[in-house]
Amino acid sequence: MDMPKKNILSSQLDLSKFVKATDEEKRQADVMSESTTFFKDGMRKLMKNPLAVGSIVVLALILVLITIVPLFVPYSYEQILSVNGVRDTGAKNLAPFAYSQMEQAYIAQGGKVFPHIMGTDELCRDYFIRVIYGTRVSLFVGLFASIVVLVIGVLYGAISGYAGGRVDLIMMRIVDIIYSLPDLLVIILLSVVFRETMDFSKIPFLSSMGTNMVSLFLVFGLLYWVGMARLVRAEILSIKENEYVLAARSIGAKPGHIIKTHILPNCISVIIIATALQIPSAIFTESFLSFLGLGVALPMPSLGSLANTARQGLQSNSLKLVFPAVMICLVVLAFNLLGDGLRDAFDPKLRK
Amino acid sequence: MAKYVVKRIILAIASVFIICAITFFAMNAIPGGPFNKEKAASAAVQAVLEERFHLNEPVGKQFFIYMGNLLHGDFGVSMKTGRDIWKTISESFAVSAHIGLMAMAIALVIGLVLGSIAALWRNKFPDRIIVFMATLATAVPSFVLASLLLLIFCIRLKLIPVWSTYNPNYVLPVISLSLYPMAYITRLTKTSMLDVLGQDYVRTARAKGVSWINVIFKHALRNALIPVITYVGPMTASILTGSLVIETIFTIGGLGSKFVDSISNRDYPMIMGTTIFLAVLMVGINLISDLIYKLVDPRIKFE
Repeated sequence: MDMPKKNILSSQLDLSKFVKATDEEKRQADVMSESTTFFKDGMRKLMKNPLAVGSIVVLALILVLITIVPLFVPYSYEQILSVNGVRDTGAKNLAPFAYSQMEQAYIAQGGKVFPHIMGTDELCRDYFIRVIYGTRVSLFVGLFASIVVLVIGVLYGAISGYAGGRVDLIMMRIVDIIYSLPDLLVIILLSVVFRETMDFSKIPFLSSMGTNMVSLFLVFGLLYWVGMARLVRAEILSIKENEYVLAARSIGAKPGHIIKTHILPNCISVIIIATALQIPSAIFTESFLSFLGLGVALPMPSLGSLANTARQGLQSNSLKLVFPAVMICLVVLAFNLLGDGLRDAFDPKLRK
Repeated sequence: MAKYVVKRIILAIASVFIICAITFFAMNAIPGGPFNKEKAASAAVQAVLEERFHLNEPVGKQFFIYMGNLLHGDFGVSMKTGRDIWKTISESFAVSAHIGLMAMAIALVIGLVLGSIAALWRNKFPDRIIVFMATLATAVPSFVLASLLLLIFCIRLKLIPVWSTYNPNYVLPVISLSLYPMAYITRLTKTSMLDVLGQDYVRTARAKGVSWINVIFKHALRNALIPVITYVGPMTASILTGSLVIETIFTIGGLGSKFVDSISNRDYPMIMGTTIFLAVLMVGINLISDLIYKLVDPRIKFE
């Protein structure tokens, strides 16, 4: 590209040096990127985070496992093994993929026995299906407890933050006090009391869960919402100063409507992140209570109660502890990482 | 400052009072009094006992009597053993405090060191490893960890003797108690250290030629320590509740295992006494750590 030697100081343009841009080239120079929503942008960031994607995959796998496995494993979690209708007393504490003598004889005769993938427990029950059901129960407890926390916390925080003034002051002092209670101690105490005093056997839905489980949710509903309430209140305090809220109020919108349509959608990301991080903590608490014998009612398994029962026969079959322990760690780790990923992707305070 | 201190102290007293009230009324709601045993005492004996323990009074008055006794350090007697509860608590707490303090010290020291290393070697190999281990450690329930440690080191490898009162071996209980707080402190130190290292005064110190060692220890670490102080309260709570399961697993006769025993024995006065004792301890330490936090960092404004 040599410049034609004209007058050095001439600023005249040499038109032959310019070519008209094609449409494609024009598009390249376009600085506008494709329009995106807050949600899409967050999801894109989330999908770029390998840890978060990995934990989503792990959680999806676990979900598939706990829905599909009970369909094709011919045992149930409380069923004591039997061969041809005869109780199999030799099927106690079998190693993974081992068969008892009765089952071996039955197989030799040409019968089919579904393998015990994780062996059997001390009451001759298939351990694999118990771990699967335990995961179900633990996940259910985690999800349900988080929903309880979500509903109460968001309602309380929204009312307190929106009302402001004296109402806010009193509501927040209550939160302060509950916040400073040692939660696990109160949970243990209330679980003991509810176990002794409450009788849920008359109520159809609750009776199937067992008293301990219901008291667990009650306790979560009583104590754990305070963190969520504080979070939501702080968000709402800043959001309600915005002009669009003032505009909505000036055209006569009712407080409930303003909270629902203008304020809550704006703090939804904070709420989702807090809920995602609440699930593993609920699972942790449930396993802790199960360990103390205050968890789900027998014979229903949860990961915590399985680990606790396995502790007694630790010397002879340690695998019984390893299976539920690995499951708890996987679930808790996956939820923790997912929660962290969600926070990185969606928290407006961390965005640049 | 004074206003804040008063507010925090009132809050602490209120929560202690509420805990006492919850425990008292909750335990009263459970059917069956302390003297309804299998071998029923005669009506006269029953009346004398009820008179002596004020069980014939209305519940409200009983509560005031109980609170009055509590303030005098009288927690009542155990329903199972008949021993004075305060004596049991103070004896077994000595064991728990021994283990708990060791766990705290180890968690603090190792957590601070690992956190600082992770911050100084940010996004390099040591940081990756430390963060990975810390994340993993927060996902393992303490009872699982303790059982596995017991299995591996005591039963399989026979490296460490199982706990006995005459030959206490603190290694495994302390490790299992301190792992979670250690991981938490590591993460906390890393974030606060990164924050501090980006501050202007660190750059100024470097610019005027202070050596890295001095910058890290005199300028960075001291300021990075401040957020860790607030964690001392929750850490106490976590170690105390952790001791419930750890002491049961290692069969250590501390306060934690006494509490768990009292739950399975349904020894209500013992449950009450232990809950109140632990709650007061946790609330008290939380209060102190909050106040110290405000004291050491003059940058913090008071509400």
